Amino acid sequence: MAKLESKVPNGPLAEKWSKHKNDIRLVNPANKRNIDIIVIGTGLAGASASASLAELGYNVKTFCYQDSPRRAHSIAAQGGVNAAKNYQGDGDSVYRLFYDTIKGGDYRSREANVHRLAEVSTNIIDQCVAQGVPFAREYGGLLDNRSFGGVQVSRTFYAKGQTGQQLLLGAYSAMNRQIQRGKIKSYTRHEMLDLVLVDGKARGIIARNLVTGELERHSAHAVVLATGGYGNVFYLSTYCMGANVMAAWRAHRRGAHFANPCFTQIHPTCIPVSGDHQSKLTLMSESLRNDGRIWVPKKLEDAKAIREGKLKPTDLAEEDRDYYLERRYPAFGNLVPRDVASRAAKERCDAGFGVNKTGEAVYLDFDSAIMRYGREKANTMGLKDADDKKVRVLGEEIVEAKYGNLFQMYEKIVNENPYKTPMKIYPAVHYAMGGLWVDYNLMTSIPGCYAAGEANFSDHGANRLGASALMQGLADGYFVLPYTIGDYLADDIQTGSISTDLPEFEAAEEAVKERLEKLMSGSGKHSVDYYHKKLGKIMWNKCGMSRNEQGLKEAIKEIAELREDFYKNVRIPGELNAMNSELEKAHRVADFLELGELFAVDALNRNESCGGHFREEYQTEEGEALRDDENYRYVAAWEYTGVPSEAKLHKEELVYENIELKTRSYK
Amino acid sequence: MKIHLNVWRQKNAQTNGKFETYDLDNISEDMSFLEMLDVLNEGLINDGKEPVVFDHDCREGICGTCSMVINGKPHGPQKLTTTCQLHMRSFKDGDHITIEPFRAGAFPVIKDLMVDRSAFDRIQQAGGYISVNTSGRPVDANAIPIEKDKADASFNAATCIGCGACVAACKNASAMLFTSAKVSQYALLPQGRVEATTRVLNMVKQMDLEGFGNCTNTGACEIECPKGISLENIARMNREYLSASIKG
Repeated sequence: MAKLESKVPNGPLAEKWSKHKNDIRLVNPANKRNIDIIVIGTGLAGASASASLAELGYNVKTFCYQDSPRRAHSIAAQGGVNAAKNYQGDGDSVYRLFYDTIKGGDYRSREANVHRLAEVSTNIIDQCVAQGVPFAREYGGLLDNRSFGGVQVSRTFYAKGQTGQQLLLGAYSAMNRQIQRGKIKSYTRHEMLDLVLVDGKARGIIARNLVTGELERHSAHAVVLATGGYGNVFYLSTYCMGANVMAAWRAHRRGAHFANPCFTQIHPTCIPVSGDHQSKLTLMSESLRNDGRIWVPKKLEDAKAIREGKLKPTDLAEEDRDYYLERRYPAFGNLVPRDVASRAAKERCDAGFGVNKTGEAVYLDFDSAIMRYGREKANTMGLKDADDKKVRVLGEEIVEAKYGNLFQMYEKIVNENPYKTPMKIYPAVHYAMGGLWVDYNLMTSIPGCYAAGEANFSDHGANRLGASALMQGLADGYFVLPYTIGDYLADDIQTGSISTDLPEFEAAEEAVKERLEKLMSGSGKHSVDYYHKKLGKIMWNKCGMSRNEQGLKEAIKEIAELREDFYKNVRIPGELNAMNSELEKAHRVADFLELGELFAVDALNRNESCGGHFREEYQTEEGEALRDDENYRYVAAWEYTGVPSEAKLHKEELVYENIELKTRSYK
Repeated sequence: MKIHLNVWRQKNAQTNGKFETYDLDNISEDMSFLEMLDVLNEGLINDGKEPVVFDHDCREGICGTCSMVINGKPHGPQKLTTTCQLHMRSFKDGDHITIEPFRAGAFPVIKDLMVDRSAFDRIQQAGGYISVNTSGRPVDANAIPIEKDKADASFNAATCIGCGACVAACKNASAMLFTSAKVSQYALLPQGRVEATTRVLNMVKQMDLEGFGNCTNTGACEIECPKGISLENIARMNREYLSASIKG
């Protein structure tokens, strides 16, 4: 396959999706009853896809490794979900959401997909409200909005700091309705270990029952992978502990191209690492940048004194503080996109201005917001002469109502009160823009294998804007896949059920068995975590917030060596055919050890800086990312050939018919 | 700091379990409780022993996966805190800490500290939803104004993470707080009123079928709930149930 066929429909941008929906084939209701679909993962994309497909009449089987579909990590998304409703009348529109997303992604996403996303965004809010999702409201009873990074309108709908939870529970409730009807069969504590292809089409999976250790064969006419992102390749991230790349990677090994793996998002506002024991990092929602101001001391000696505990941040006078985002990016200030904010934090800390023991933290300060809100509240209460103390009390109440759960979470982890002293934050791995390559119909390069949500690559380019992950997961699951999958399944109305006794299932199960036995046979020097931590260090140091040719070359070599050592020396106690949590982890880490290598290869190939991918060799004099549109305006889709570093590159040229490519500026 | 652990070990649902003791040194007070268990497990693995199995995933207090009873309290000593958000600074050097699984007939032990909470899913499947089609074309979201106070109360009920601490805290192993939170979320919204009658009847029926006990209003569930789900929800569900029974 020389050229990737994106299957973007012809016609004007704003009409593509409507036209496509009218043109594609349908499966009639009676025939849908004869068609089976497997959905892997029950986060926003998986749960919404399963519910919608089951509602249409298909027989759906869902799989998740958690004990309940409701636990998928979409639940942890905090800030909100974008939609071009323009309820605030502040100039928002479908086009503006589309434009912001393309620009935010540093011109590395597919126009038609992004426009479709912006179009269906408004349906998401209608749908969720009909479902009983309790979004935040104003006193007049209508929905409230707030603002997120990289945009100049308020289009983010939210439910305090628990938007992901509420949206996922909504999708889970829609799933439950179909489970009760018998249209979804839900397999929990099950993990997909391989994809089964019959005559070149995805026709089923091999899964492991995590409670009994048994391998199971499941067949279907199509397989949807909605398994999230691969950020845990860095070991420390804001992902949940179980998040992994296995399903996507196994599909990749079976022929699905993996696109832009080096595009990962480092989120600027996370709680800094406190020690070697740390197992995960915790995000402080981007919504906090609506009100929080980011700063470090202006003078090196003050930063040093703070690090040594001799000076408190609250003692530092206003003129001794460097609000570096406001200084460098006056137009967007503290609400610049994530990649820009992260790099700016790293730049200050590398220059010696970090404010915690490790020197890797900056302040996120709510003092001005507390006083501003407090003064407003005092005025509306008729307390024109309220003193600062009273104003502060009133202001803290308002900040608590907006962000209470986040402040509480911060206090539990750090043991400091963020109402009284500024939060300390630092960037951490948060999201993967890269993922399985899909066409406009969300089909991977394997016929019948689809990828939805974070698991695919399509909508966010080189950097995702805040509150857009929830939007994309639900758009794919509720509004895109249920249409596009029919076009493919229209060929399967007479196929009948697929037998799991086919030799292809036999062979796939055998291969999985061998792989598991190989893992269990290690000589037993080191635990799985030992390897995962080592991999994470290589990734963070050489493939993290900034990358260079030499480091990437070293990373490729070091990861390959680590992988070899892993298979020789990993230690997995317990039994193969029983519940074995270490075996589960080992299996996931084994795939990370391959993905990590491809990640570095991709980053090395891309000789430009764009979005979250910052190559030190390619920057402007001011230290901003320097894109190379002439040579790299393409999606890098990698084909597996046996060794990750020898993957074959396919390029999908990105065509911008509606948007003029510009240098991204937030100044 | 140094701590002494007394941990429930059980191979599977078919065998009996027992407590094992472990001593740990060099525990930092900045560690989360689960990171302390990671240290324990790393040591066990290096000794060629099976690590302690426990449920956990997001480690930020929202997925509801982590469970365990710590020194007699579900999710341990800190109020409004899940086990994953509990930090070792809540304990003292030399402390003895007993760790058990959630105990309830409807939550059978799978292994060690891991229990089967699928009964909760089945209660939700019995009626924890509004029957609207997902890919249809509902009315515009702002066509349904909802009083802020009601929307906020509905949200508060909806923040239940389904961890099961309420059941583990209750001497009757009742699931009333969990079930009532979902019933309340919908009962408080106009969209949810349409099916309010059948919803409460079906969910309560399923709750009873799963073998959860009755509510005797001791309020232990509310005290132990890491998300502060209020007893008011139980009162609301009782009202809904009564009126549904009369109509029904």
